[in-house]
Amino acid sequence: MTVTVVGGGLAGAVAALAAARHRDVGVRLLTAGETSLRAASGLVDVLGYAPGGEGPVADPFVAIPRLPEEHPYRTVGVDAVREALALFDGVAGGAYAGAGTDRNALVPTQLGNLKPTARYPATVAPGVASREQRTTLVGFEELTDFDAALAADRLHATLPYEVWGTSVGLPVDLEGVPETTDLAAALDEAHGRDGAREAFERFHDELSRDILMHDDTDRRVGVPAVLGLEATESLRAELAATVESPVFEVPTAPPSVPGRRLERLLRGALEDAGVTVSTGHRVTGAEPADGDIEALTVETPDGGTRVETAATVLVTGGLVGGGVEGGREAVREPVFGCHVPAPDDRSAWAAEAALGEHRFARFGVETDAGLRPLDAREEPEFGNLRAAGSVLGGYDFAAEKSGSGVSISTGYVAGRLAAEDAA
Amino acid sequence: MGYTPHVVVVGGGTTGVGVARDLAMRGLEVTLIERGALTSGATGGMHGLLHSGARYALSDSDSAADCLAENRVLREVAGHFVEDTGGLFVERPEDPDGHYEARLDACEAVGIPAEELTGAEARDREPGLSGEIERAFAVPDAGVDPFRLTEALASDAGSYGATILTHAEVVDVDVEDDAVRGVRVREHDPTTPGEPMPGDVVDIDADYVVNATGAWAGKVAAMAGLEVPVRASKGAMVVTADRHVDAVVNRCRPRGQGDILVPHGDVSILGTTDVAVEDPVSYARENWEVDLLFEELSPVVPALSDARSLRAYWGVRPLYDPDGGEGASQSGRRADRRVDDGAPGDLTRDFALLDHEDRDGLWGMSTVVGGKLTTHRLMAEQVADHVCGKFGIDRPCRTDEIPLPGGEQADPEQLATFDVDAATLERVHDRWGERAPEVLEPLGPNPVVCPCKRVTRGEVETAMDVEAVFETDLDAVRRRTGVGTGDCQGDRCAHRVAGLLRPEHDLDQVDRSLSAFYGERWAGQRHVLWGEQLSRAMGSYALHATTMNRDHPVESPNLDAFDPGPGSRGEGEEDAGERGGSEA
Repeated sequence: MTVTVVGGGLAGAVAALAAARHRDVGVRLLTAGETSLRAASGLVDVLGYAPGGEGPVADPFVAIPRLPEEHPYRTVGVDAVREALALFDGVAGGAYAGAGTDRNALVPTQLGNLKPTARYPATVAPGVASREQRTTLVGFEELTDFDAALAADRLHATLPYEVWGTSVGLPVDLEGVPETTDLAAALDEAHGRDGAREAFERFHDELSRDILMHDDTDRRVGVPAVLGLEATESLRAELAATVESPVFEVPTAPPSVPGRRLERLLRGALEDAGVTVSTGHRVTGAEPADGDIEALTVETPDGGTRVETAATVLVTGGLVGGGVEGGREAVREPVFGCHVPAPDDRSAWAAEAALGEHRFARFGVETDAGLRPLDAREEPEFGNLRAAGSVLGGYDFAAEKSGSGVSISTGYVAGRLAAEDAA
Repeated sequence: MGYTPHVVVVGGGTTGVGVARDLAMRGLEVTLIERGALTSGATGGMHGLLHSGARYALSDSDSAADCLAENRVLREVAGHFVEDTGGLFVERPEDPDGHYEARLDACEAVGIPAEELTGAEARDREPGLSGEIERAFAVPDAGVDPFRLTEALASDAGSYGATILTHAEVVDVDVEDDAVRGVRVREHDPTTPGEPMPGDVVDIDADYVVNATGAWAGKVAAMAGLEVPVRASKGAMVVTADRHVDAVVNRCRPRGQGDILVPHGDVSILGTTDVAVEDPVSYARENWEVDLLFEELSPVVPALSDARSLRAYWGVRPLYDPDGGEGASQSGRRADRRVDDGAPGDLTRDFALLDHEDRDGLWGMSTVVGGKLTTHRLMAEQVADHVCGKFGIDRPCRTDEIPLPGGEQADPEQLATFDVDAATLERVHDRWGERAPEVLEPLGPNPVVCPCKRVTRGEVETAMDVEAVFETDLDAVRRRTGVGTGDCQGDRCAHRVAGLLRPEHDLDQVDRSLSAFYGERWAGQRHVLWGEQLSRAMGSYALHATTMNRDHPVESPNLDAFDPGPGSRGEGEEDAGERGGSEA
């Protein structure tokens, strides 16, 4: 019997991995194309702020049981969050840090704000701001998204130790208006050529001109997240050797290099777990039978197909990923037409303040205790459909800093339940 | 002349700035005072149409003739702010019989060149037009950039000696012995326009005051103890993400709501609604207005029905209501005439010049209300004539022959030496004219800060130095450069632009300017949140709240309560290696 996971982001990957642990089911993952992981910072936030902006939360596991009842974390329960993170930690291995403690780390953002997060890429780890260590941030003039001097100023104003920042020229030549992903690809290439020696010597020469004026002992050096998509750890070691300091990355805006690395890591884990991944497969609807979904209609690069399914997990994302769509008058879940509650008056969807309490941030399906989407009469839409990740409503991941944690924990529970449905 | 009168012009829209320039060119001493940034009133809330006069030909032929004449003058003296799109009046089957012919005849009577087209011919020119358009006629409408036009007027006024004070609000008019002696001014915070700064007010002496404050004219007049009945009417406009038409498209029917589509650069602007409001600042910006524009204009250009919109904005038209006052307009020609086409807002769109000496027995002040951007120069000429007449000064107006600055070309050979792509070169040259080399070659590196519009750091920094632009007012910088006006509406560039205020300004100022800029961009998007734009809004919110944590920055963290990361401080050196970040 087959569990079909509809969506290839973080929640989808975890759902598929959780389902694949069940020995009696096969798992197939259908994904339309690029996922919103590519826009994600690569940090795995669990809960940084309680509702109302209270925080930063030091221990998410203390705060989760106090969340409002409709929150997806309350639906799955705090123990499931722990189990799900353990699954993620097993998959991530050495690529992520933070598993050793319940506590959040404070990591520097690209603007030099601090953000509480539960798991962070190994490339980010040496830069954790909650560890006191003198810090130098180095940006690249051409990558204007990360202004190292500005970020350092802000960190210096907030933290009890010296943070200093500067910008240097690009270590490799790039055409046009370069993005972080372009530099990452060029550094991978440079690594293949000469271990990126030339590039990093150029970096070091430029930096030395500035650094001479500062005490450079016992410091760490932070750069925007550009250290390759493939040779990341070698590049980081090479750069650390060149500048004779630990090197870390600061996550930046999309297109996100750590987000792509995470996507790659998850694809590898899915392959290892025997999950069949079909990319370019957009699920457009369902064939219901007796209140269940019997088969899915799928658009594929070759046309269309019908996929039989014993149990289905809806992990198509929220407004960003396309799992939730707003029209001029109503909000909908476009694949299965699940009910999405929203105010009739569109003007109530958004707050007046740009970063205010937006109702649209909470748009998504409501579920029963087993993560089954509910219709307008609060009955399950289908007996064998579970939902996870940003397609769920009732929480504002941006304000809470809870996106990845909700995706992982609801994906985990939905995948496990779907496997039971199918078995 | 042994004595040079000092004239204070209140209001920094095209009218006020045009008056200031004209008076300064005639040798008077001029101070212009504007509460917000230039164009922050009606000038910044219009759809950027340079009228041919065809829209008024039927209802107000004098006004139409003025438009036609001024359209021609502006193409000569301000051609670099005009996009010669041409305009069409298009007819749908349900449009009232006879209206097309009547309007065409009226255009002919005024002398507006109008070329008749069949439906097929019109669609040849504008493939986006509906197949149901039966016929059309072409007129010399055009697009105009009100921001750059006003800024050029101000800059030129400055070069003739005028002083331009922005973010300065007139809070009182000083009256003694039945004469106006000056104004009292309070400084505003340029980062958050409209917010008065704490501190003292400043008194500015004036021999004459021109009240050109549009919808605020009644308020300023009241400071001198006068009553000027001004009504305000709001109009909504929507900016689409694509340029759906290449010519201005007008619906050929009696004037109503949602009957015009104006192309500007790579976008189009849908206009407009017409609803009376009590207050020109705090009025409801309603979604039904936005929906109405799409409902009315989609039958004309069908692609609009599922077009993505970048933002909506509103403008407030000041309408002089003489029935409420004494009706004593002086040289305000036709001011009390009614427009009789039954359209909403039945007051004339023309302007009134009220001489408060003749009207109210108060020497030293006139109020100018109404008018259109197209005819601003003519209005300014008449106001300046009037003011000069008060002082017995007889000098001719020259604004119809002296070009506005910004149109001078840079040396093409010098431009060819810059290592930038052709599109950037053209855009920078178009925006900056002979100053293009200065923008293209700043002292340091010159990377792009606004990926959508390809605006460079040098361009933003040059704009921050422009006179009459407060650098911390990033909206003014946006109007000058187009930064943040593209597809992402500031999502990707707002923080980069604000960051350029450093190190001259502190972090607090950077944050305030960033919030104000991002907030202004958001205010426009808030009304068009459906489809892809809602998805993008969520993406932008996620980036700024999640990735940057701009919504809950940590002020004074208790570091001991948080995970210090793998490895302790003493082990830092070992972390330099390949396994530096691996799990402890």
